Amino acid sequence: MRAWLYLLAAAVAGAVITTPALLVYAFAGGTVDDALFAALATLMLVSGLAVVTMRDIIRCGLAMIVCFLALAGIYVVAGAPLVAAAQVIVYIGAISVLILFAIMLTQSKDAPARLVFQTQAVPAAVAAVVLAVLIGLGVSSTDWGEASRRARLATDALAGVLFDQYVLPFEVVSVLLLAAVIGGVFIAKREREPD
Amino acid sequence: MADSLDAYLILAGTLFAIGTFGFLARRNAISMLMSIELMLNAVNLAIVAFGSFIPALKADGSVIALMVMAVAAAEATVGLAIVIAIYRNRKTPLVDEYDAMRR
Repeated sequence: MRAWLYLLAAAVAGAVITTPALLVYAFAGGTVDDALFAALATLMLVSGLAVVTMRDIIRCGLAMIVCFLALAGIYVVAGAPLVAAAQVIVYIGAISVLILFAIMLTQSKDAPARLVFQTQAVPAAVAAVVLAVLIGLGVSSTDWGEASRRARLATDALAGVLFDQYVLPFEVVSVLLLAAVIGGVFIAKREREPD
Repeated sequence: MADSLDAYLILAGTLFAIGTFGFLARRNAISMLMSIELMLNAVNLAIVAFGSFIPALKADGSVIALMVMAVAAAEATVGLAIVIAIYRNRKTPLVDEYDAMRR
């Protein structure tokens, strides 16, 4: 019985994600890239909403992994394949695992049964919608001087710029990561019991 | 659609708004950190979109996006360590029960 429910939920989710892509591809005269963009954008927004609204926090963490994966796909469509690979390695491979570990370390059994949202959830929702509308208006009314087609960035060109022009920030970031690792271990380590 | 900068930027703005809502509305400290990650990803998407559509930027957008990812990893490390340290003292992950400085 549960298995059928899960299958039904998976079918509904698949239909929701592929419908915009099919509409774009079949009726709006879009290309395959447009259909991919629509499907990945829908998947990303739906799973992002799941991250902030679901009751069970471990499911929020899993939905966050789906969101990051869809975003990696959008990076590929946008023409930045190395950034997409780094997104999969860093976010899905490292940060998501870190967050899942932290969830397992800090959640008690009765946590999902309790209230999920603060009392200011409704004003927060209004503020978020207003923010999204303002960003949309600002984006669509601005002339960015962009090219009419996106340029695909070759990985060797990116590597040339990264290790030539930006080599100092690259090294500084490595020091920052080392400092963050040492600081994280120091903060999270158990205090020694006083004798 | 995949060839217009506005579509990417509006998508990034929507994801940023979702993250803002989660940060303001959730009670769990780790949920708030996850919302911050969503917002960082939205900003990264905007940076990559600019880098791929503005010819003068060339590879700079992707380099900046990679730097943002590294800084986000550092932020997640320290933030989760702080949450775990607080949880060890207060035995709760809910931020509205951290009221030691209000009493």
